[in-house]
Amino acid sequence: MTKDECKQVVLDIIADIAPDEDLSNVKPEVRLRDQLQLDSMDFLDIVMELRKRHSIEVPESEYQQLASLDSCAEYLTPKFNTLAAKS
Amino acid sequence: MKSARIVITGVGLTAPNGDSLTEFRRNLLNGVAGIERMEIRYMGSQLAGVCHYDPLKYQKKKEIRVGTRAGSISIYCAREALADSGVNFEAMAKDRIGIYIGCTEHGNVETENEIYNISKFNYDTKFWSHYHNPRTVANNPAGETSLNLGITGPAYTIGAACAAGNMGLIHAAQMLRLGEVDFALCGGVSESIHTFGIFAGFKSQNALATHADPHKSSRPFDKARNGIVISEGGCLYTLERLEDAQSRGAKIYAEIAGYHVNSDASDYVLPNPVRQAECVRASISRAGLTPADIHIVNTHATATPLGDIQECEAIRAVFGEGCPDTHINNTKSFIGHCMGAAGALELAGNLPSFDDLTVHASINVDDLDPLCALPGLVLNQPRKVAKVETILNNSFGMLGINSALIVKRFHP
Repeated sequence: MTKDECKQVVLDIIADIAPDEDLSNVKPEVRLRDQLQLDSMDFLDIVMELRKRHSIEVPESEYQQLASLDSCAEYLTPKFNTLAAKS
Repeated sequence: MKSARIVITGVGLTAPNGDSLTEFRRNLLNGVAGIERMEIRYMGSQLAGVCHYDPLKYQKKKEIRVGTRAGSISIYCAREALADSGVNFEAMAKDRIGIYIGCTEHGNVETENEIYNISKFNYDTKFWSHYHNPRTVANNPAGETSLNLGITGPAYTIGAACAAGNMGLIHAAQMLRLGEVDFALCGGVSESIHTFGIFAGFKSQNALATHADPHKSSRPFDKARNGIVISEGGCLYTLERLEDAQSRGAKIYAEIAGYHVNSDASDYVLPNPVRQAECVRASISRAGLTPADIHIVNTHATATPLGDIQECEAIRAVFGEGCPDTHINNTKSFIGHCMGAAGALELAGNLPSFDDLTVHASINVDDLDPLCALPGLVLNQPRKVAKVETILNNSFGMLGINSALIVKRFHP
């Protein structure tokens, strides 16, 4: 999985948990909470959906890695690729 | 203030056969029921009363996703009631508004959904939603309404089984009289058709209706009645002290005349006609009326074989043969049993009688059960009457809670 593909995975999740938001111009380097109406429960949703859809676990101590699309890609892409290598 | 006159100034509702009082009333007068077949988890196709209001009228998609059906119904009804009341909501002191919503139950739907969800993950509870607790707390429907409207006064639910709709109104009237709030949104809601447990529970009690034609399935007082049709719905009113309503020139639907609440203390599920009669008598007495002064009795009857007979026994004990101006009807024959919303919706369906002097019928009575043959029963066709000054609304519930609420035509 590329980082861009990883960002799309996260955007697909956000589209479902924040269906009123316009995601066409999300800036990857800007914190998601600074550009979208997302609260702490929404971030728990992102964590839950990564778990449900992709079997990716994000420990609480690493939640800050999900702050922006760029940081998501940095953090999650290796996890996706590790999972893919195992399967 | 304890004797303050309390009036109804707005109505917002969603019923299986109408999403406004106008539509609901029109269908009650035209004999249009609102029952359909619905797929229920683990049980297949079942009869149910389903509401078809547009949730997006007052909620964002995210609110609907995060919240509950009962919360959504409450928000719709609250905003419709506020609009109907003509109040300048933006200018109101939000901390002086109370939200009092009756519920038969809350949390079953959301709990069942989560158990079903984790069943897909080998019952691993790490897949259990973090929204479970805010969705299932008993105050959820009132809390979601306060969030949506920015109301900072007291907002909570009142658990009173199927007497809950009446209880929302009664409690609001009490809070207005105590001066706890200056304006109330009150009534009842139900999301119960989304929990298989309610259906399965009534089926195990042999109290779940079956019929080939959904619109004929809810048939109180008919010999062939065979149980309850479970429905969802909601109805919230705006209630105010009379002087407040008059000072803003509000339209007044009716005045709260009297009420009473008591308990059977006799059985978990079987009604007790002696206590029901006591409740009705006390409400009439507290309204300063006699049985002959009551012009419409809206029955609670749910179409269970025994329950209908017992309520008729209670009504017969109170009204006897000497009340020629008392007309008796039933709204569940159109919309099924809206559980926590039932009392509030059924009262709303009768409020327009003050203006049109028409009593809506109890439909689906092809063969009247002689044990339910009350004088004054309005069957199958609405009845034009000479006067409607008072409406008595019965709502009873499991564990033996009884409520009777009387409203009267407003006379300054």
